[in-house]
Amino acid sequence: MVVVLFGVSVLMFSILMSFSPERRAVAYATSAKQIKEIPILVAKYGLDDPYHIQYIRWITQIFKGNFGYSTVASSPTLDAIIKYLPTTIELNLFSMPIIITLGIWLGTIAGIHRDTFIDHTTRIAAIVGWSLPTFLFALILLMIFYSQFQLFPPEVISDHIDDFISDNPDKFIQYTGMYVIDGLLNRNFEVVADALKHLVLPVVTQVTVVIAILVRVMRSSMLEEISKDYVITAKAKGVDINTIHQKHVKKNALLPAITISGWLVCLSIEGSVTVEFIFNRAGLGLLLVKAATQLDIPVVLAISLLLGLIYVVANLIIDVLYAVIDPRIRLN
Amino acid sequence: METKVEHPRLKELKFTLYRIFRNPSAIIGIILLAAFTLVALFAPHIAPPKYKHRPYMMPHKGYSMEPKAPSQQNFFGTTSGQYDIFYGVVWGTRTAFRIGIIVVLTAFVIGASFGIIAGYYGGWIDEIIMRVVDVFFAVPFTILAMAFVVRFGRGLDQIMIAMVLVVWRRYARVMRAGVLSVRNEDYILAAKSMGVSDIKIMLRHIFPNAVYPVMVIAFMDAGSIVITAAFLSFIGLGAPIGYADWGQMLAMARNYIVGPVGEPLKYWYTIFFPGSAMILFVLAWNLFGDAIRDAFDPKLRRK
Repeated sequence: MVVVLFGVSVLMFSILMSFSPERRAVAYATSAKQIKEIPILVAKYGLDDPYHIQYIRWITQIFKGNFGYSTVASSPTLDAIIKYLPTTIELNLFSMPIIITLGIWLGTIAGIHRDTFIDHTTRIAAIVGWSLPTFLFALILLMIFYSQFQLFPPEVISDHIDDFISDNPDKFIQYTGMYVIDGLLNRNFEVVADALKHLVLPVVTQVTVVIAILVRVMRSSMLEEISKDYVITAKAKGVDINTIHQKHVKKNALLPAITISGWLVCLSIEGSVTVEFIFNRAGLGLLLVKAATQLDIPVVLAISLLLGLIYVVANLIIDVLYAVIDPRIRLN
Repeated sequence: METKVEHPRLKELKFTLYRIFRNPSAIIGIILLAAFTLVALFAPHIAPPKYKHRPYMMPHKGYSMEPKAPSQQNFFGTTSGQYDIFYGVVWGTRTAFRIGIIVVLTAFVIGASFGIIAGYYGGWIDEIIMRVVDVFFAVPFTILAMAFVVRFGRGLDQIMIAMVLVVWRRYARVMRAGVLSVRNEDYILAAKSMGVSDIKIMLRHIFPNAVYPVMVIAFMDAGSIVITAAFLSFIGLGAPIGYADWGQMLAMARNYIVGPVGEPLKYWYTIFFPGSAMILFVLAWNLFGDAIRDAFDPKLRRK
């Protein structure tokens, strides 16, 4: 795991090193003032030194929290990431539970009722969901539910609510930066309702994109488990068929579904980028897209590093979880 | 009586084709793919280019930002900037095929080569190659591709290079797994003991027997690669303005998803035509890829 993280940092550093010293100096700057004094930065961080010496200097700066200065956000990169992160977390806080519960449920019933109407519908929905480009789906949703019915607007929060929050810092305290949770903590339900209204379409998009793969894996692992000997034994003993499916088959069928949760994390990250860009939500994904289109090197590298870290840690958690759930692995 | 004995390879191929053509979704996929191929091949006849020397640039009459509805001159209407949508959809098919095929083939060659070398030699070579693959796997596809695009700059060729640099990782991993499963077969050991060179063993004996899983995911990937390329073009990293590319055409339409008061869906055609083309194209590859998998997977094919 550490090796992979080290590798990711080397990869990102190599991308950085392929720029000229003058251009990559931005990745070391800490303020707007320093950006204007590039030659000083080049001298200070020895950007003409050999590769490995520069790498050590760069990684030290990273560990000190200096990811360079972002021209897109006009603030240090780390500050920008901290500012944009809550919106992304909020989106996934709502979509993840839905994806997991709905995905497992749909996969289970599709597996139990093989080749019936439910099964065919979920299969077709899964392959269409898989083929539908996320950004196009989000655009269509916006066209129907925002333009035609004027129900769910884009962005994170309505303008009048945003003004209210910035005008009354004492009445509305921003604990987390996530509007739904802050609204609940401040007992301001107008803010909660408005934020939820803005979350509906993004969450629907995110769920549709990510859920397909979970339903597919859950279905096929249900099918595999259902044909095993212990199911026949249980049936022969006269155990209630629902008990067999829910208590025995489903539990075993969940194991392959857990193996792909790393993939789900990956899809959620990619989904967040698209969703935030289309719905104009000020999250990490939007920051990343803006940075990429304006060639803001420090932000793109920092977000890639961060996402690499999240992905590796998520995989570690999945491995641990797998051992906790499956005694066969634990005992080995 | 003389019974005709078929060559086993021919028999298997016949069975594979039978499997593919028995599957209704595969037939839909193949018909769609065939239709797109015809459109791509005959693009100059279906939509004659206005600028002969650069046919991929969409012709546009005037510079008005407001899209115009479908009419006699413009079957699918015009998008923002008066670019002809019909022309863009037709020539965009070529762009989509070019991106999908070039990226998949290049990544396939790179990934499969690394996979064979890692699996065949094993030891520290395997260790190094697979750790590099792990590193590339640690960052999600789109994000890593964006990081590379920042290095190479904007443009269609640039995003294709960036995607190749990401996509190869999966082929390397799957190829290696395939190689490991055949590496210790008797026929390989026999070839080795007869002094056949490593390169010949890899190409002649290991490659054909380990390549099917990689081929299947390559077919399945073509669709998702076209989506990612379209997204990169959509956010403005790919094709230049006016280039016949579905992602770019959707980006032009983005400001027109909300129509004027009273007619909220007035500009539906700016999204509908390029969007449908893209969905059908990706669906075609996915259905086809699914069928190929069912037909080639030894666990599923005889069921």
